[in-house]
Parts: sequence; C-alpha cells; structure tokens
Amino acid sequence: MTMLPETPSVKLGLVIDLDTCVGCHACAVNCKSWNTGGYGAPLSDLDAYGSNPDGSWLNRIHTFEVTPDEGKAQLVHFPKSCLHCDDAPCVTVCPTGASYKRAEDGIVLVNEDHCMGCGLCAWACPYGARELDGDAGVMKKCTLCVDRIYNENLPEEDREPACVRACPARARHFGDLADPNSAVSKLVAERGGMDLMPGQGTKPVNKYLPPRPRRESNTGATAAGAVTAERPPNPEGGILGWLDRALESLG
Amino acid sequence: MHPAPSLIAFTTLSGVGFGLLALVGLGAGPNAVGFGWAACTVAGALCVTGLLCSTLHLGRPDRAWRALSQWRSSWLSREGVLAIATLAVFALYALTWLFGTGRSAVLGVLMSSLSVATVYATGMIYGQLKTVPTWSCPWTPWKFLALGLSSGSLVLLALIGFAGERGILSTFLATAALALAAVVVFNWKSSAAKADLASVGATPEEATGLGHIGRVRLLESPHSSPNYLMKEMVYKVARHRAKSLARVALIAGLVVPAVLLVLAFPIGGGFVVFVAALCHVVGILALRWAFFAEAKHAVSSYY
Repeated sequence: MTMLPETPSVKLGLVIDLDTCVGCHACAVNCKSWNTGGYGAPLSDLDAYGSNPDGSWLNRIHTFEVTPDEGKAQLVHFPKSCLHCDDAPCVTVCPTGASYKRAEDGIVLVNEDHCMGCGLCAWACPYGARELDGDAGVMKKCTLCVDRIYNENLPEEDREPACVRACPARARHFGDLADPNSAVSKLVAERGGMDLMPGQGTKPVNKYLPPRPRRESNTGATAAGAVTAERPPNPEGGILGWLDRALESLG
Repeated sequence: MHPAPSLIAFTTLSGVGFGLLALVGLGAGPNAVGFGWAACTVAGALCVTGLLCSTLHLGRPDRAWRALSQWRSSWLSREGVLAIATLAVFALYALTWLFGTGRSAVLGVLMSSLSVATVYATGMIYGQLKTVPTWSCPWTPWKFLALGLSSGSLVLLALIGFAGERGILSTFLATAALALAAVVVFNWKSSAAKADLASVGATPEEATGLGHIGRVRLLESPHSSPNYLMKEMVYKVARHRAKSLARVALIAGLVVPAVLLVLAFPIGGGFVVFVAALCHVVGILALRWAFFAEAKHAVSSYY
C-alpha cells in the first residue's frame, strides 16, 4: 500500500490565494471543528484549559513579513495544510502501510486503524502537514474532508472541504487540478500558482497564488505621507467644513 | 530534531549487538562452547533490548508488527524485516553451536551479511529523509555501520579476554575498526557541516514561495504554544551543547578506548577492554544525541 499509485487522473486539491487571505483563522477553526467529529479519531486537545494547551490541528495560519530589497515590508497571511503531493514522501516511508495516496482522486490519507504512530511520515514531510495525536497515538493529517466532498447526505453546496466552506475572503478554492479546464486550474494558470519547496521534489497538488504586485498608492512613501500630513490648506465647505472649524475653535 | 532517548538507545544498542553478530558469524573468537554462550547471550540481549527500545517511541506499540509489511518502499520496514531475519538465523546458529555440531560457516556468513544489512537499513531510516539535510548525506548509513563494527569488535575483544584468550588478531581488528570509525565520523561531520536548509531547497523563501518579493521571516506564529511539529522537529535546546557533546564523543569514544587498547597488550585480560568498550559506547551515545539534536528539519523554515 505504501507504494505510490500511478499518476491519478483526478487530482483533488486546494488553491490558496495569498493575495486575499486575511489571516482570520476561520479555515483552521472550521477544520478543527469538522475533523474532531468526523473521519477517524477526534483531533485531540490536551490541557485545553490549562497553562500549556496542546492539540492536533490539520490547518494552521502563519503570518510572514516579506521585505524587498527596496521599499516597505509586506505582510502575508499563509494558511498551511497537507498539499497531497504527487510524490508524497510521507507515503513511501510508512512502514505499516497506514499512509497512502488514493489512486482515484490523489487524496493522501492515513488508515488510523493501522497506524502505529512512529512519526516517520511527519519527519519525511517538509511542510509540517502531519501531527501525531497525543491522545490516540496515531498520525493525523488533512483528509481534504473526504467525508464531506462525496457525502450525498449533505446539501450540494456543503460538499467541499470545511476550510473552503468557511473562508470569508474566498481565499481558498477546491477542485480537480488534473483537469486543465477546471476553475482551479484556470486560476492557477491566470495567477501563476506556485509550488512550495519545489527543490524537495514532492510535486505538491495544492497550489498557492502569490500576492498581486502592490499598487503605487499603497507604497510606503505615500502612505507614510498621508499619516503625517498637516490639516489640508483649504478646508472643505459645507457641514463637514463647519464642523471641522467648530472643533478647531474648541482647541 | 528532538533527541528521543528511545531512539538513541535503539540505534546504539542494536548497532553494538548486530556488529558483534557480524563478527561472530565470520568466525571471530574461540570455538569453545563457553565463549559461545557468552557471545550469544550478550549479542542477543543487545539486539533484542535495542529493538524493544525502538517500540517505546511508538504511539501504538501494539501495532508494531504491522511495520513488517512495507519492505518494498520503507527503510523502517526493511530494518524490521532484516532484524527479525537476522535474529532467526542467529537462533539457528546459536543452537547448533551450543547444543549441536558446532559453528556453522554457512549460517555464520548468512547471519553476518544480514547483520550488516540491518545496520545499513537503520542508517537509511535517517539517510532517506531529504527533509533533514545533515541526515540525507551519503555518509549517514556508513557512519552507523562503522560505529556498529567498532563497538561490536570492542565487545568481542572483551569477551575473548574474559574467556582467558589473548586474541591478537581481534585486538588488531578492534584497533583498525576504531580508526575506521574515527575516519567515517569525521567525513560525515564535514559533509554535514556543509548541508544546510538551502542545500535541500528549504529556505523560508522557498518554503513560502515568496522569495521573488523579498526576504521572508515569521511575524506571527499560527498558535500560542508549541505544537507537535515544534517539539519534534524545531527542537533547539541541545544545539547549545554541541561542543560539549563533541568533546565527550572524542574523549570517551575514541581517545580513552584507544589508550586502553594499547594498555591491554601488556596488561592483558578482558576487564581493561571491557572498560574501553563501555567508554566507546558512551561516546557513541553522545554522537547519536548530537546527530538528532543538531539536525535541522525543513519545516523549521516555517517557524
């Protein structure tokens, strides 16, 4: 089972737009909520109300500062979960066969009834997509909400991963990345979707859309100027102008 | 990486045990049944204790038997299969030696080859991981093999000494193995020193894909307390102790055993060599601790 399948004809995955992610963590929270009650052992929480809370999450949002050679630094919110790699090293290192990649849709899963919790797959993954559950002693990872996306008991609009469903900024998109005509593939082509750590040779299915170039009005000089500007030389007329002058006379 | 005591004990003890088996299989030591009992008991105890230590690392040790199934792709699985095959041949070899027709050359060579393959597989569990640049260097499995050979040959020499023999050839072998181990460890260290996260395409810029915009650094962590990844793979504490560990490894692992081996010539006897072997194993434990603790994992680029 831990051999990788031939390249699947369907590659379900996520496209994450770093330009629109606002870093609200809704995807992580909904992921935790769904996957605690859904597929496999619950996502454990240890010492949840104590001084050292700890627990398994399948999705986490980092915030990076990116500093160009010239100009101001930029903030990028960066959601990170399993990338369902084509050449998934977590699958081939697994000694028990618990870790596998599905031939039919490319989803990488853990058979939690077979996992012995050695942690080698977490060591093999460069992205930190796997966490050992401290309670059940088995490896947890993003399932792409396999128990939602094919679930005919759910209304059709809910048959997508919990993170995608929750995202208020529409920064996450779900679809078949093997099909060049799918919405996600078009988005990747249009926006220059990229792989994380291509040098690791994992061939991730999930793609990230880079932040769009910043507009001139948003550059450092203008923004800083606006903050420090004196009161405009010709105050407005009308009611706002009157209010402005009235407030000024109050000191 | 987190230096788990169970894994340090597993790799060190099974290395000594299989190293000893490899040498015994090639006919080292006297053929006397008394020596046979000593060698087989010590080697068996070291191998089995080492393998049992490895199960302490598991979240579900009751499922450890499943690890034997994926030998086609997984080095951990291969290690398990080879270890059990070696122990099975060892059991036959020991039975025929101690209760039957004496040492079988065929079983011995087979046991020896399987022992070498097992230690190579142990090394490759770490050597296969592209995510940890200091481990994925080609010297990693050879380091495990060389240290298995050196520690196995020292324990063998001590047992020969306790059996009342001089073992000139075995003394020469142990000295040569110690020198070889020093060379291999030095080569591993110098290639590991060059292996950083950039060498495996895992800088923060490549990890985020944002290198085309500028330099990347973490501004806000995704959670308020350390998670599994940070505890397991972004472990930093022991890196501060790198120099002291290197000193322990050099003195206890190499200098003291070498001096004791030279002293053992005139003094003779197993006890001096036994102390040399113990010191060498302490040196290997220090090296192994550093092997884990100093290793940087690709995921640390996100933290």
